[in-house]
Amino acid sequence: MAKNDLLGASLWDAYSNKVTTLMNNPNHQGEITPEQVEKNGNKLIVADFGAESCGDAVRLYWEVDPRTDIIVNSKFKSFGCGTAIASSDIMTELCIGKTVKEAVKITNIDVEFALRDHPDVPAVPPQKMHCSVMAYDVIKKAASLYLGVDAESFEEEIIVCECARVSLRTLQEVIRLNDLTTIEQITDYTKAGGFCKSCIRPGGHEKREYYLVDILRDTRKEMDEEKMKAAADAGSKGSFEAMTLVQQIKAIDAVIDENVRQFLIMDGGNMEVIDVKPSEDYIDVYIRYLGACNGCASSATGTLYAIEATLKEKLSKKIRVLPI
Amino acid sequence: MRVYLDNNATTMVDPLVVEAMMPFFSEIYGNPSSLHKFGTASHPALSKAIDQMYKALNASDNDDIVFTSCATESNNWVLKSVFNDHIVSGEKNHIITTEVEHPSVLAACKALEKEGAKITYLPVNSEGIVEAHVVRSFITDKTALVSVMWASNETGMINPIKEIGAICKEKGVLFHSDGVQAVGKIPVDLQDVHVDFVSMSAHKFHGPKGVGALYIRNSQPLSPLLHGGEQMGGRRSGTLNVPYIVGMGKAIELATTNIEEKIAAIRAKRDRLEDALLELSDTFVVGNRENRTPNTILISIRGVEGEGMLWDLNNGQIGASTGSACASEDLQANTVMLAIGADSELAHTGIRLSLSRFTTDSEIDYVIAHFKKAVERLRAISSSYAKVQPTVGGESKACELHH
Repeated sequence: MAKNDLLGASLWDAYSNKVTTLMNNPNHQGEITPEQVEKNGNKLIVADFGAESCGDAVRLYWEVDPRTDIIVNSKFKSFGCGTAIASSDIMTELCIGKTVKEAVKITNIDVEFALRDHPDVPAVPPQKMHCSVMAYDVIKKAASLYLGVDAESFEEEIIVCECARVSLRTLQEVIRLNDLTTIEQITDYTKAGGFCKSCIRPGGHEKREYYLVDILRDTRKEMDEEKMKAAADAGSKGSFEAMTLVQQIKAIDAVIDENVRQFLIMDGGNMEVIDVKPSEDYIDVYIRYLGACNGCASSATGTLYAIEATLKEKLSKKIRVLPI
Repeated sequence: MRVYLDNNATTMVDPLVVEAMMPFFSEIYGNPSSLHKFGTASHPALSKAIDQMYKALNASDNDDIVFTSCATESNNWVLKSVFNDHIVSGEKNHIITTEVEHPSVLAACKALEKEGAKITYLPVNSEGIVEAHVVRSFITDKTALVSVMWASNETGMINPIKEIGAICKEKGVLFHSDGVQAVGKIPVDLQDVHVDFVSMSAHKFHGPKGVGALYIRNSQPLSPLLHGGEQMGGRRSGTLNVPYIVGMGKAIELATTNIEEKIAAIRAKRDRLEDALLELSDTFVVGNRENRTPNTILISIRGVEGEGMLWDLNNGQIGASTGSACASEDLQANTVMLAIGADSELAHTGIRLSLSRFTTDSEIDYVIAHFKKAVERLRAISSSYAKVQPTVGGESKACELHH
């Protein structure tokens, strides 16, 4: 949020001229009838994606030459806004002349790119990227009908953000490698969640199988568990500073039991470990004297030094013992 | 021809209002709180504006009408101060409002919810109306406030404010109404209807933007939202916005003088437009005309997505509006359409046309012609009207709508 965000951008002004032109006069709007296709000895494929109740719907028509698998003609019908109609139109254009297997490789990013006036300037504002995803989805569906396979078989990976085509694996990796903690960071690193925002959390424009909030939470949880496991492993190997707090307290108690407590008890006293607080330079061990130790002159001098020296020797040079 | 049919969003400032405001920019510019003549010179005009407001709303002299910066401020003021006065510093814990309020009420309620208030969001019926008996059934002895809009910005439907007011009075619960879409459009008589607080905004009735008001019945306590120089009798601090207050007074006078005649004239044009558009197949308008602000039509056109329709209307130099999917940044369906339980397919097909007293008959003719042309073009492209059906297995499922 800064100066340029104070006045919300005008949605339609962010459309490329191509989007505007195709919305006003789509070139491939229309239907292909079974009669036409039969006459040419070709196969007709008609696929729907979306619905009026979702806010946009598209019907894609392919006339495919069964001898070559080439899409010889394509048309569309669309219930949607300007960018939905323009995306559908450019989608049919990208399909024509390709084989079905080539067409499956067309992504929403290709569709959006084809709508640009200039290669570096996006054709639509971020929240409209969603419209081009419809084009991508309906192509997959048409291809699955023609090839008689499941549409999901075209996806090699689980795509979490359709607009930016970011996979689950990429997201998990980026969160781990960069130690990301917020959705904003994820969007900055991967662009996921930066467009129609559906994939951020439930309740957006469309239902998703995976949401960024869940992926972030689960990945962070895994990272924490791994960290803890690493600490436990390190602790069992004797590296005091890498131990978890509970391990540290147990280790301190063990050292005191073995080396200190018996001498205190002999003098009618005792001690207990109250808390352990690590900081940059020290690991502060708070203790409380019990019985005769309480108020004993040596408890603040000789005994204290002895306890600290023992812990330093056995566990860590950073230990500092503080009686309370 | 250019036709502006988005008067529920904002209106043109009446040139007579501009004329009334002009002297208070560079001629009579003193601070009304000052003791000298530069300051006091604005007092007659301010008194006149206050008189115009009281007369237009038939407010009693015991009531307060406090000028604010906008209705958003007025709405926030009531909600937050009732919360502070009766929930934080009192025994109450509950506020009742509706699902279809303006964001300045809904977002303020969400904020109060985070601070510990219990909020009930009442549904509306299929006409888009909040029924009085529903309000009654949710009032408890912990309810501090009921806040129900007088008329809907989206549908124009008018709520039973008199009945709800009587219920709140009987139950001893404060009653606030966001009157933004009612004041200046339909008769509002605050001695006939029991309402404790009414918010309003000048730019919805041909006054300037940046000035609103809050009516407070019987000058009852409501802690201030803004602290400062104790203007407006200590109720609302901030140097009086003299030209805009003068403009609001003039605007409300112009809007409410002979209001029945004005209503009849706008309604005649609105009804003619509505009848003509309903000649199109597969269309419907939300809410009974008799119970709707006289200037508003919310029409659903099957197979034509709202933003696409706005695009074509805009190409024809017609300004209209939609609360539906693609038009807003959060890409959600029209919340009012959802709340009234409209067929889920229609939640993305709403177009709101809102007239003003400046709308002419020839503009209506132009809109009818262009609107029909746009529907014809978009339905020709629409998948909803396609004849060739999908290949077996190529059908898609309907969406589940989410709020």
